[in-house]
Amino acid sequence: MDDKTVASAIANAVQQPKSGAPTPKGQHRRGGWLRQLLVPLLAIITALILGALVIAFTDESVFQAFGGGFGRGVGQAFSVIGRAYGAFFSGAFGNPVRIISALISGQGAQIRRAIYPLMETLRISTPYIFAGLAVALGFQGGVFNIGAEGQYFIAGLVTVFVGYAIKGLPAIVHLPLALLAGVVGGGLWGAIPGYLKAKTGAHEVINTIMLNYIAFRLAEFMLDANGLMARGDGRPVSPEIQPSAYLPQFFPNQVELRVNVGFFLALAAAALVWWLLYKTTLGYEIRTVGANPRAARYAGMSVARTIVITMALSGALAGLSASTDILGVLHYMPNAFSSGYGFDAIALALLGKSHPFGVVLASLLFGALRAGAQNMQGIAQVPVDLTSIVQGLIIVFIAAPEIIRKLYRLRQPVEGEELVTVRGWGGA
Amino acid sequence: MRKHLSIGLAAILLASLVMTACGGGAASGYKVGMVTDMGGIDDKSFNALGWKGIEDGIKELGIEGSYLESQQQTDYATNITQYVNQETDLIVTVGYMLADDTASFAAANPDVNFAIVDFSYAPPIDNVRGLTFATDQASFMAGYIAAAVTKTGKVACFGGINIPSVAIFMVGYEAGVKYYNEKHGTNVEVLGWDTAANNGVFVGNFESTDDGRRTGEEFLAEGADVIMAVAGPVGQGTAEAVQAAGNAWFIGVDADWTVTASKYSDIILTSVLKNIDVAVLDTIKSASASGFAGFGGESYVGTLANNGVGLADVASGAISNDIEDELEDVRQGIIDGTIDSGWETYLSNL
Repeated sequence: MDDKTVASAIANAVQQPKSGAPTPKGQHRRGGWLRQLLVPLLAIITALILGALVIAFTDESVFQAFGGGFGRGVGQAFSVIGRAYGAFFSGAFGNPVRIISALISGQGAQIRRAIYPLMETLRISTPYIFAGLAVALGFQGGVFNIGAEGQYFIAGLVTVFVGYAIKGLPAIVHLPLALLAGVVGGGLWGAIPGYLKAKTGAHEVINTIMLNYIAFRLAEFMLDANGLMARGDGRPVSPEIQPSAYLPQFFPNQVELRVNVGFFLALAAAALVWWLLYKTTLGYEIRTVGANPRAARYAGMSVARTIVITMALSGALAGLSASTDILGVLHYMPNAFSSGYGFDAIALALLGKSHPFGVVLASLLFGALRAGAQNMQGIAQVPVDLTSIVQGLIIVFIAAPEIIRKLYRLRQPVEGEELVTVRGWGGA
Repeated sequence: MRKHLSIGLAAILLASLVMTACGGGAASGYKVGMVTDMGGIDDKSFNALGWKGIEDGIKELGIEGSYLESQQQTDYATNITQYVNQETDLIVTVGYMLADDTASFAAANPDVNFAIVDFSYAPPIDNVRGLTFATDQASFMAGYIAAAVTKTGKVACFGGINIPSVAIFMVGYEAGVKYYNEKHGTNVEVLGWDTAANNGVFVGNFESTDDGRRTGEEFLAEGADVIMAVAGPVGQGTAEAVQAAGNAWFIGVDADWTVTASKYSDIILTSVLKNIDVAVLDTIKSASASGFAGFGGESYVGTLANNGVGLADVASGAISNDIEDELEDVRQGIIDGTIDSGWETYLSNL
């Protein structure tokens, strides 16, 4: 028996049925992926319903209406919720009627305004996809990368430096170079805790958190008003990057439409991660190490090497979320760049069940939630914090699917059908 | 039953989806929108004060006002876009972190007026009014008071990060102490800032109350008995340290700390006020007046004279009537220019 057969035999014996993981033919259940989607979908709907209740119960006019009778109160509650969620959906996806009438009218300004919400959702989703992929790839390889936020900061610093400091390059060289800088910066920052885990057994959760702090303070030090990378106008921001490093925006002359090529890069990255995980030997090794490192070692795989590679790739992906935001949207890097992407990414990986395409869907959802919330704030005066509540509820329901199953009377999953997203501490 | 209930709620959700975009029914009033920085509307500082200015405008002038909170750097443009799309007449952006986005939207929308708190553009932008503050004038007076009340002959101050809008407080403070020394022949020492050396104590952030407490304790140990903290919420830690010591005073900045941090009221000597609300209201007044012909790139500078900066009430009994009279002279002197509150000189010596 060669190594490969041993490995596959072991991996099958381990039975870690991640979605899309090697499943013997014939066992594949029809509509299996739909069932996989059922709990997340119900989780989202339930979270939105609870969010609606929060909106209604924090609105003064609802309480006043209840003073005038129960029926009036309920009516007012529904009108408040309707107004808020109306603004929410039109902020996330646009108003379909308006989009169609704008398209018919053929006027550029009208079309731009009608599709703006949708474009905004795609724009916000872009960094989410990269960061979500980073954490998902880590989960697949059995490492919990809480350091995506720190990798984001380091990649941001390196990207913006290459973006503003190198002058006179043509865009065809400068832009890839700036992106590469983010990949390398994030990748190296991710590889450090990977190496520490592989060589010394130090837990990556601790080390990625600590490296986050180092990254935050380093960014503060560099971008402080008097810092080495400060613009020099008394503000804690970096200089603007050269136009040759801009990621092309689809509507270059419209300041409000900032959706850019980064979105397609993110989709390509998702496809690439899928290909890597499910179509290459390295991906197989990553998944096997993630499923059972002892078995992987027995099969002749280098667990240490695989962990370092997994963390480096994860860091590189997290880095790209910073690079695309800086090169495509902001064009500079501010101090106090508290993105939160790195932490939302954990939720995205959970929601997407650590599958690249699941992460893309989850990111689009989070993008829509944030775009919608921003509009809801403006039109219905509902605080943006509501998104955090809804996001949090979704994660709780995903993490504890039993709640959803009980609530909607779903049948228990067949043994082995359930997905194990993260194994416990010290499991590796 | 439970199942039916949840299905019912889901149906309502879908119904609300259909009811999209029924908002937007606008009245005829003058519309002002404010975009916060990441501190949020309840920061008890810039955003809260800016919003107070708009609320005053709603009360006094009957304008329509609203605000949008930003959670991320990329939200600034999103929120400004929303106001532009709602045909807002005046968009107030709070804080210099919004300077880049404000500039690009102002250029793209020349018919919309903007005002930005704590920043001014060089060269100026026609439809943006920068709201800046000569806080050295007010902190000069605070320094004068500090020098008058100290028993140890040492007063202190520190900042969050060494940026101009922070250093200006400390420059004025030191100048005020020196002026007191000159008038009274005393030798009160300033810890934490040295204008001549252009250097001082900075904790490096605007968040950590622990840093504030530690810095406060160090100053107290060195013998200072008045401490001014120019670091936002960091100062709360300092105030706590001062309160624990019991024999010292604290000077707040930006807002009146006896209101925003009232639990420290017993040790708050006074507060150096940066009246952002006054500046915003002034901007709304001039921009909404009939016959308004645009800002023309002119910026607003808050001074003692126009009440854009000021001093909160001094703790009762802390200073004698004589000092109170002298303080009035100092104020007049700064307003008519016979007393140099320090910042311009400091800038020209840089």
